[in-house]
Amino acid sequence: MKIKLTFWKIVFLVIMALGLYSTFVRYYYGLGAISNMTDQFPWGLWIGFDCLCGVMLAAGGFCMIGAVYLFNVERLHSVVRPAVLTAFLGYLLFIVGLLFDLGRPWYIWHQLIYMNPHSVMFEVGMCVMAYTTVLFFEFLPNVLERFHLNAPIKWIKKIYPVLIVLGILLSTLHQSSLGSLYLIMPSKLHPFWYTPALPFLFFGSAIAVGLAMTIFESTQSAKAFGRHLELPVIVELGGALLVALWVNALLRFEDYFHRGMLGQIIKPSYEAYFLWLELTLAFVIPIAMLSFKKVRMSPQGLYLASIFTVLGFITNRLNIALTGFETYVGHHYLPKWTEFSVTLMIIAMGFALFGVAARYLPIFPEEEHAVQQSPRIEPGPVSVTAVLGHAGD
Amino acid sequence: MSKALLYDATMCIGCKQCEGACAQQNKLPYDDKVAAESVQSAHKYTVVMTKDDKFMRRLCMHCEHPACASVCPVGAFHKTAAGPVVYDVWKCIGCRYCMVACAFNQPKYEWQSLNPRVRKCIMCPDRIASGKPTACAEICPTGATKFGERDDLIQEAQQRISQSPSTYLPRIYGLHEVGGTSVLILSSKKVEEYGYPSSERVGETPMPEYTGRVMEKIPDFIPVWALVLGGVYWVSHRRDEVAAAEAEQKNGNNRNGGAK
Repeated sequence: MKIKLTFWKIVFLVIMALGLYSTFVRYYYGLGAISNMTDQFPWGLWIGFDCLCGVMLAAGGFCMIGAVYLFNVERLHSVVRPAVLTAFLGYLLFIVGLLFDLGRPWYIWHQLIYMNPHSVMFEVGMCVMAYTTVLFFEFLPNVLERFHLNAPIKWIKKIYPVLIVLGILLSTLHQSSLGSLYLIMPSKLHPFWYTPALPFLFFGSAIAVGLAMTIFESTQSAKAFGRHLELPVIVELGGALLVALWVNALLRFEDYFHRGMLGQIIKPSYEAYFLWLELTLAFVIPIAMLSFKKVRMSPQGLYLASIFTVLGFITNRLNIALTGFETYVGHHYLPKWTEFSVTLMIIAMGFALFGVAARYLPIFPEEEHAVQQSPRIEPGPVSVTAVLGHAGD
Repeated sequence: MSKALLYDATMCIGCKQCEGACAQQNKLPYDDKVAAESVQSAHKYTVVMTKDDKFMRRLCMHCEHPACASVCPVGAFHKTAAGPVVYDVWKCIGCRYCMVACAFNQPKYEWQSLNPRVRKCIMCPDRIASGKPTACAEICPTGATKFGERDDLIQEAQQRISQSPSTYLPRIYGLHEVGGTSVLILSSKKVEEYGYPSSERVGETPMPEYTGRVMEKIPDFIPVWALVLGGVYWVSHRRDEVAAAEAEQKNGNNRNGGAK
């Protein structure tokens, strides 16, 4: 077999090599050696990005399951499988991220025996554990179909209503609880981001990002795998995204209004710059874009708007986890390169696993008739790192 | 009745014997180099700070309603009836939520260790159990750190303030902060100047209430939300079933009609 090295494959290999080196440093020399975390900054990039953002980026799974199976919107059916795959991978990688971040990851199972029901972290942990199990069963039919094991598929179909309700229930709980984690820090987190409304804001942003991620991955995999893009589906998701963004924007405005913060957020300050960046990326640009029907109807427009949304809400969560503590702590926190390299490795693993699953499992619907009707966006051979290969397009 | 420590900064001479006794009690390294360190760390549970010839001690406040105990997912922290907030290392998974949740930044971490522990003053629970004062209080040559019943110490602190109002600021830090702590501080200088969070900043609400308000709703939320979701599922799928049944009936009628 001949393996052709493309630019993105080399990038992938470099990221994996650096990541493996960092993994060695993490488990051989400890957290102090690999990270810039300190007693003043006990939570760094890994909690901010791998955990807070990772779970948000995986929200597409429960959003699409909710739309298609709970509300029975049959016409969105084609995006459910990729969304569930993304969610399943997202949660598995979230757990991988935790194994790096926890000081004593070998005791992670203590969660199951020494329970503290007062702890938000306990609730998040239990929900994530249970939801990953639910996602496993929602994902399993892909594998079973591949090997033509029809009997177990029938069993799973029987419990599907339970899985769906359970999955959405667990998602509601832990997506919002990630915000509740910060409720105990009123004296530390900057008032731009500390609000009793945090659980609601986290749930709201999860839905917006879930929709945006589904648009992103549909368009992206159409490009990467040379598939036909189902435009009506992502146009409909784009409309829903616009509504979700307005609801989120309104929630944020109401929150600042009721806390009398409107005067402060427009005054220039270190935190205000980050807040403006976040609000511009998450609300101003995508809402402005999607308000034009022309943009809302075009794959490129929707693709760009979804990227801005995702970047905006990532900025939002990093602001909560990192920027919002800098004034209190009195100094800046910049992750060490090894922290970045672990995060990059986890993201790269996500892209690669998505590529493998998309290649070997029936993730995308059969499209014999569709192919004849409309030209493929970008034909090309599918490879293990095909998705990665187009990540920068 | 719970025990507490009263630290009177005006009586402190900065001898740092409390630091040494604490290190010995907790089997921590202590030499001139450690003594010179002016910040708390995984190997220094308490520190005596100097500012303009005035001293101030810092240690875990042993909150009446500790945030660390409420946030720990595995319950590795708990407040004992006697007063100390203690740590069970064998439970700890190392999430460090206690560190970010503590309003006084007391839990410190063994960043260099491969099996790191959270470290903080645990108020000598073994000594207290055997009727002895904490190591720091026992060794203090001036009585600046005094061990006793919390209620008695509050009374004594109030007496000291009223007897020499010119010496003290008229407040006992720890009396109401975050719902009260088992370490009480009297001083002539504001404790905030030594890095303590201001009373306004931490407030008087016990920290666990901030998350408790949300957590207490969850047991009710789960069944209600599950019912709503189940209901939506039933309604949205019932519509299909009815439509399918009607279509079949129609087809059946047509077929019957055609056969006639």
